[in-house]
Amino acid sequence: MRELDDKNKAAARDDNSSHKTGYKDQADPHAYLEQLDNVDPEEARQWLNVGVDITGQNRSGTFIQKDCSVLHSGCGSADVEIMGISQALQTHDWLSDYMWRLVSPEKDDYTRMTRDIPHEGYFIRSLPGAQVAEPVQSCLYISEEGLSQHVHNVVIAEENSSIHIITGCATAEHLRSGLHVGVSEFYVKKNATLHFTMIHRWGEQIEVRPRTGIYVEEGGTVVSNYISLRPVGSLQMNPVTYLAGKDSVARFNSILVAPPGCELDTGSTVILEHPGARAEIISRAITTGGTIIARGEMDARVEGVKGHLECKGLILKEGIMHAIPELVGRVPGVDMSHEAAVGKIDQREIEYLMARGLDEETAVSTIVRGFLNVDIEGLPPGLAEEIDQVVSETQHDAI
Amino acid sequence: MLKIEDLVVEVEGRTILNRISLEIPEGETHILFGPNGSGKSTLMMTIMGFSGYRVKSGHIWFKGEDITRMPIHERARLGIGVAFQRPPAINGLKTRDVVSLCAGQQPANVEELAQKANFADFLDRDLNLNFSGGEMKRSEMLQLMAQSPDLVLLDEPESGVDLENVVLLGEIINELLGRGVRQREKEGPIAHREKKSKSALVITHTGHILNYITADKGHVLYNGVLCCARNAREILQWIREYGYEECFRCAS
Repeated sequence: MRELDDKNKAAARDDNSSHKTGYKDQADPHAYLEQLDNVDPEEARQWLNVGVDITGQNRSGTFIQKDCSVLHSGCGSADVEIMGISQALQTHDWLSDYMWRLVSPEKDDYTRMTRDIPHEGYFIRSLPGAQVAEPVQSCLYISEEGLSQHVHNVVIAEENSSIHIITGCATAEHLRSGLHVGVSEFYVKKNATLHFTMIHRWGEQIEVRPRTGIYVEEGGTVVSNYISLRPVGSLQMNPVTYLAGKDSVARFNSILVAPPGCELDTGSTVILEHPGARAEIISRAITTGGTIIARGEMDARVEGVKGHLECKGLILKEGIMHAIPELVGRVPGVDMSHEAAVGKIDQREIEYLMARGLDEETAVSTIVRGFLNVDIEGLPPGLAEEIDQVVSETQHDAI
Repeated sequence: MLKIEDLVVEVEGRTILNRISLEIPEGETHILFGPNGSGKSTLMMTIMGFSGYRVKSGHIWFKGEDITRMPIHERARLGIGVAFQRPPAINGLKTRDVVSLCAGQQPANVEELAQKANFADFLDRDLNLNFSGGEMKRSEMLQLMAQSPDLVLLDEPESGVDLENVVLLGEIINELLGRGVRQREKEGPIAHREKKSKSALVITHTGHILNYITADKGHVLYNGVLCCARNAREILQWIREYGYEECFRCAS
C-alpha cells in the first residue's frame, strides 16, 4: 500500500474546534477481567444500551475498555484477532506501519493528545478469506469524572474477508464532564467488507472528538452506521474515506437526535480516486432544541465514479439544523448528486395518515419513526426499541 | 350515507365551492364530473376534513352524524376513506406497515390484500416513494381495502395510469366497492346478495373510468357550483359532445 499523498492529507478537515479545558489525562487503572460475569450490573446495562452484551451472545468477540485500561478482550473465533492496541503492537511488529497513516498526528490538538498521551484502544483484524459470521463488539467507556480519554483504534479487514463491528461508547450515569478522543484507522483490503456500526450514548456534558481515516482497496466495501440518539455535550467528527481501488464502495448512514443543549457537528468525506468507486452518504437528523451540522463531502478525482449524498433534517419545535452537502468533481465523466432538505414535518403527511384513521399524535410518531428508520443491516436488537422510546419522548415537541 | 347541505367552502380566502348540496345513498356509486379547477378535489378534501379547506356555511352529514367540524381521523374511523390523486411520499415508512395501520383494530391479511391489489412486490418499499402513477393508485387502493370504509372517495383514479393498468385498476375498485361481474362470479349470486356494496364518490374529468366501474348517478361541478345530476353515462355523452360549458348552460 502506498503512502497517501499530500493532497489527500489536506482533504482531511483540519479542525481544532474548541473544547473545555481542565480535564485530567490519567485515571486509576482497572484490573483486567478474564470473565465478564462479575461486572457491575449498572455498567453492564450502560454497555447493553450501546449494543455491547457481556454475555457475548451472538458475538464473535468482545473488547471492553474502561477509562484508560483494557478491561477485557476475548474472541471465540480463529478468524478474528481482537485485543488492546498496546498488546497488538507487541504481537505484530508490522502494526506500527498502520498507525498514523490515515490520520496525521499533527492534524489537530486532539490527535496530538492521542499521540502524546495514548490510552489504549482496540485492534481488530479479520484474517484473509475469513467470513466472520457474527459481529465483533467493542465498548469504550468512561467512568472517571473529568477524564480526557485518548484511544487509538486500528481495524484491518484482510483480503477477501468480511466482518461486522459494533462499537458502543458510553459513560457512567453519574459522570458530569469528560472528553473522549478516538483516533481510528480502518483498512479494508482487496475484496474485503467491513460493516462498522457505532452507537454513542454519552453524558449530557461530554465532549467527543473522533478522528477517523478509512482506506478501501480494490473491490472492498465499507459500510459505516453512526447512531446518536441521546444528549451529548458536543460532538465533532468528520471521518475521511479514501476509495483507493477499482470498484471500491463506501456507504455511510447516520441517525442523529439533538436535544436542547446538544451540539452535533458530524459529517463524512469520501475521496473517490479509482474508476468504479461508489459512495453514498445518508444522514437523518432531528433536532428537538439542539444544534446539528450535517456535513457530507465527496471528491471525485477520476472518471467513472459515482456518488450520492442525502441530508435530511427535521426541526420539531426549535433548534438549528444546518445541512452542508458538498460535491467536487475534478474531471468530466463523474456522476455525483445530492439531496438536502430541512424543515418541519409536512402537514400533508400527517393529515394523509390521519385520513387512514390515525390520531394526530400517532401520525406524527409514525412519520418520525420512519424518518429515523434508515435501512441498516445488522443493527443490534434493542436499538429499535431505543429508537421507539426516543420517538415517544420527542413526539410531544412535534405537535 | 353521505348528505351535503348548502356547503360553502373557502380556500385561502377565495370561495371555491358555492352552496353545494348532494346526497349519496347507501350502496350507490356517484361520479363527479368537472373541468380542471372546478372544485372537485376541494369537495373531496372538505368531506375528509383537511386543513386549509374552510367551511363557511352548510353541513356535511355522514351516517346521520354532523361531521362538518370533526377531525380527520374521526371521520376515517366513522367509515370514510379516500384515495388521493397525488399522495405524499413518507420516507422510511414501509407500505406494509401503513396497510396494517389502515386496518386499525380489524384483522387484516396484508399479504392477501396485496395479492388482490397486485402490489405484493411493493410492501417493503417506502410509502409512495418513487412510485409510478399506476403504482400510487394501487397503493391507495390497497390501503383502502385494509381500511374497508363504508364510503369511498376516489380522486381521479385513472389519472397517470396507462391503458393496460386501467383495466386492473377498475377490477380493484370493483373489488373494493363490492361490485362488478367478477366479484359476483367468484362469490356466487346468493353470497353477493347478502353482501352490501359500498358507497362511493368518484372524481373524474375524462370519464374514462366509467368504462370499468358501475355508476349509479353523475353530477357536474362547474365553477364551484353543482349544476346537473342525472345518469352518469348520459352526462359523459353530453360533455363529450358539447363540452362542460354547454352542460353548464343547459342546466342553468
